[in-house]
Amino acid sequence: MESMAIADRLQAQFPDEILRRHVFQGQVGVSIRPARVVEILRWLRDGDALQMNHLRSLCGVDNGRRKDPELARFEVVYHLYSIVLRHEIRIRVQVAEKEPAVDSIVALWAGANWLERETFDLMGIRFNGHPDLRRILLPEDWKGHPLRKEYPLKGKEEWSGMTELLAKIKELDTFGFQPTDAASGQTEPGQEKQS
Amino acid sequence: MTSPIRQTLEYPVADGEGERYSLRLGPQHPATHGVLRVDLELDGETIIECKPQVGYLHRGFEKLAENRTYTQALILTDRLDYIAAMANNVGYCLAVERLLALSVPLRAQYIRTLVCEMSRLASHLLWLATHALDIGAMTVFLYCFREREILLDLFEELCGARLTFSYPRIGGVRQDVTTAFIDELQRFLDLFPAKIAEYETLIDTNRIWLKRTVGVGVVSGEEALSLGLTGACLRGSGVDYDLRKHQPYDAYDQVDFEVPLGSDGDIYARYRCRMEEMHQSIRIIQQCIDQLPPGPIIGEDAPDLVMPNRAQSRIEADSNSYGTGLIRLIKERELYLSGDIYVATEVPKGELGFYFISDGSNKPYRMHIRSPSFIHIGALAAIAKGELIADLIANIGSLDVVLGESDR
Repeated sequence: MESMAIADRLQAQFPDEILRRHVFQGQVGVSIRPARVVEILRWLRDGDALQMNHLRSLCGVDNGRRKDPELARFEVVYHLYSIVLRHEIRIRVQVAEKEPAVDSIVALWAGANWLERETFDLMGIRFNGHPDLRRILLPEDWKGHPLRKEYPLKGKEEWSGMTELLAKIKELDTFGFQPTDAASGQTEPGQEKQS
Repeated sequence: MTSPIRQTLEYPVADGEGERYSLRLGPQHPATHGVLRVDLELDGETIIECKPQVGYLHRGFEKLAENRTYTQALILTDRLDYIAAMANNVGYCLAVERLLALSVPLRAQYIRTLVCEMSRLASHLLWLATHALDIGAMTVFLYCFREREILLDLFEELCGARLTFSYPRIGGVRQDVTTAFIDELQRFLDLFPAKIAEYETLIDTNRIWLKRTVGVGVVSGEEALSLGLTGACLRGSGVDYDLRKHQPYDAYDQVDFEVPLGSDGDIYARYRCRMEEMHQSIRIIQQCIDQLPPGPIIGEDAPDLVMPNRAQSRIEADSNSYGTGLIRLIKERELYLSGDIYVATEVPKGELGFYFISDGSNKPYRMHIRSPSFIHIGALAAIAKGELIADLIANIGSLDVVLGESDR
């Protein structure tokens, strides 16, 4: 089935939930409200006409710097594909800026567990009903969510674990080895300072 | 997944005395194939709970890509799955080409298909080597590395690098293949089927191999879909999903090949799938060599590095309205369109997808990488639960994960 036809069916089934359609290079995305996302995805997965049984990807998007005023601050994007019928669609769930949260779809696809954790970790979107919503790629005591647009590419300070590690290296350094000198190649063997 | 008839050993494994204990496997463990940590809750040798922990290799590629131009972000993809870097490069380039609506010349498409399959062979050889080593077949390890070396030498001849290639370009490939390269590759193709037979003689019907793999780590097709498995892990469970057939890219619709399917969904089925895939890869490479059409290797409207691929192209670095960077406009048309696109390719590990959002600037607004390894490690908890700790190692090997891609 064409992606557009799937969007039509979705529109007919959930007229109040669908906000907009986005078409680009033959791919169709549908923006929806967050309230009934689990219901919509279940309908897409289980319906005989659609059978979209493969969750290709799940990711968060920060719309903070996008020019389109109709988009909410955050988005959770689901890519669905039907292995049997070979059609696909993109579902873009609009999530408000204040305390962003969406319902978890772990009950539909067990594999969504880690993908939702990743989205929470990097984008700071919470998933209601997720069995184990913790950071996954970053350390537990990390501050902030790196993929948000206001998060700098390079921060001002090291991660606390790194400072601890450096302190530990210093503490265990009984031979007075100065790695900075040797690494930069500044000291020639003959020119070492006499200590 | 627990199966009641599962018996690696002929005598029953002691249940333990009901005293649970935890064991931390990794992150520095030779059988975890990278910096993967697995926290285990054990009862005797049976796994009660298995918690894989990733992130040790997280380098923030998705964030980095937002601060680089499309051409500059290409080199990040080498560092994803460094065992099959070429396939990642091609996946990235395809996604950007679709996003920017660029066309690729036919010759470049064939060359890309060829190098993709070469990297599939290289990846599968490394997988077989380490997987067999984990289970205890040392000889296979050495044999596989012997053949992988030939492939790496070929890659080196093609683009000068053995590991991080960055050979495909947005809109084509960097350099044309030489006759010497094709001759060398042809020699390899003539020699390699016999080598696969050699590996199979060693382990295919080996009693220890069968005991360790048949009926172990069983995943049904439905479970595999729910867990999001792709690639040989999904096809081993009997689900016919190969992006080279489902959504053909490059020259995959021009060549003839089959998609091997398993049915049992155990480690042995996944092993058989990958072995068959190697045969199919040889077929594809052979057809690419035979059909390789003449013509240009990079599209006319492709954004270019300063080093020009075409004689008539103008060098105008850093002088365009998009600010500094190596990209420049060649044609008058608007190169950077606004929109979003998801393009997936079949890399040796599974489905590698790139989701791009472009806001019309020369940098991606958002780049998400759908990493098969990340999802496969996520599935490990469900697959290993209730099995033996020795089989966990076999399961990790069988899922064929690479941590550089998982952690990004």
